[in-house]
Amino acid sequence: MSAFLSSPLALRRWGWLHKWSSLVCTLFMLLLCLTGLPLVFYHEIDHALGKHIEAPRMAADLPHLPADEIVRAARGHHAHLVPLYLFREEDDPDLWVVKMDTRPDTDETKARFSVIDARNGSVLGEPRFDEGFMHLMYRLHVDLFAGLAGRLFLGFMGLLLVLSLLSGVVLYAPFMRRLDFGEVRRRRSGRLWWLDMHNMLGIVTLTWALVIGATGVINTWADVILKVWQAEQIAALKVAAPAPLASARVGQVSIQSMVNAALRSEPGMAVATIAFPGTLLSSPSHFAVFLHGDTPLTSRLLKAVLVDPASGQVMETPPRPWYVSALLLSQPLHFGDYGGLPLKVLWALLDLITVVVLWSGLVLWWRKHRAAGSPKHAPDAVADVAGGRA
Amino acid sequence: MRTVRSVAAIFRWPLLIALLTLAGLLAALVGDDAWDAVSWALLSVPVALCGYFSFVRGRRQD
Repeated sequence: MSAFLSSPLALRRWGWLHKWSSLVCTLFMLLLCLTGLPLVFYHEIDHALGKHIEAPRMAADLPHLPADEIVRAARGHHAHLVPLYLFREEDDPDLWVVKMDTRPDTDETKARFSVIDARNGSVLGEPRFDEGFMHLMYRLHVDLFAGLAGRLFLGFMGLLLVLSLLSGVVLYAPFMRRLDFGEVRRRRSGRLWWLDMHNMLGIVTLTWALVIGATGVINTWADVILKVWQAEQIAALKVAAPAPLASARVGQVSIQSMVNAALRSEPGMAVATIAFPGTLLSSPSHFAVFLHGDTPLTSRLLKAVLVDPASGQVMETPPRPWYVSALLLSQPLHFGDYGGLPLKVLWALLDLITVVVLWSGLVLWWRKHRAAGSPKHAPDAVADVAGGRA
Repeated sequence: MRTVRSVAAIFRWPLLIALLTLAGLLAALVGDDAWDAVSWALLSVPVALCGYFSFVRGRRQD
């Protein structure tokens, strides 16, 4: 191994990096692990609490109302609000969720939702996502109730986690020179047991933790990524269509005919989401129709089709950039919601193991810190091992 | 005193576990049904090893 990784000086530096990157992020990571645990089972908890809205049983294959009727039904109770998005329920294609707010360009934290039966336009429920235990878990996990600043802060903590994982791998080698893989010394002293557990659990779950950490960081950039994409698409539209975009007026062409135009442009795909003009997912003057395929991968890699509401024509837009694909794939890889309940259970177990890794790291630091405070200076554990005294 | 291990020997098992985990994470993304089952099996490996090293192997040595 090169001097960069294994000389006593290099190891001291890696030790410093591991200590400080971990110390700064550990408490936040413990919070993220604990709040993430119920979020993994969001769907199941929703069901168990009886909050999940299901479509009533009717004859199979009843035709759906046009999207315009769905919006009208949703706004029946909320005439003062404007629609932002129509989401089609993945597990229940007869249901649409309409998200409404006072303006299209709010931060959407106070948005209201209506669940509409697409077969008869009845309002099946108006779920609140801004209250209750799961909302508390969600906000603590996503933005600490501090909006974009909170997101980016947690993203930075995630970057520190990735640094601490990588530096931990470098430090793993000197600790393991005289140990078997997975060996946990439990008879010697408390400190050795904590150290071996930390190293063993850390190295075994390393890849999962790295993937969760990195995809979590990418998710914190979602707003930024979507805004950059939007700007890129608008710039491309301006080149393609020199006519002033602002001339487009909503309401001239029906929403359903725009959806149909989008579906015609991408045969074989189905509608996932319709975004109204001015929202984060559309452009200021176009509707965006998001289409998905039917395999696990194509159902995640949504295709955006912009439609001009003045003409009902599908706009030519450049293909989805790589950074949007990265965001779309980061979501399932972070949430663990792409392989049924067993995958969620594995996610929860790996999450709990990560809690032990974080906690044991904290214990090891605290004990060493206390020992270093005593008159006889305790030797640095890393330099100790590097010096061959393990 | 036990012999000093080489870096290759130290990282042999961690590398294999990393590859299995990565394959497990991707399997459920690629397909459904059988792919999901492959994913469950592969991601069970790190979880089971953590349990084994924490509780089973240590106890046997005592």
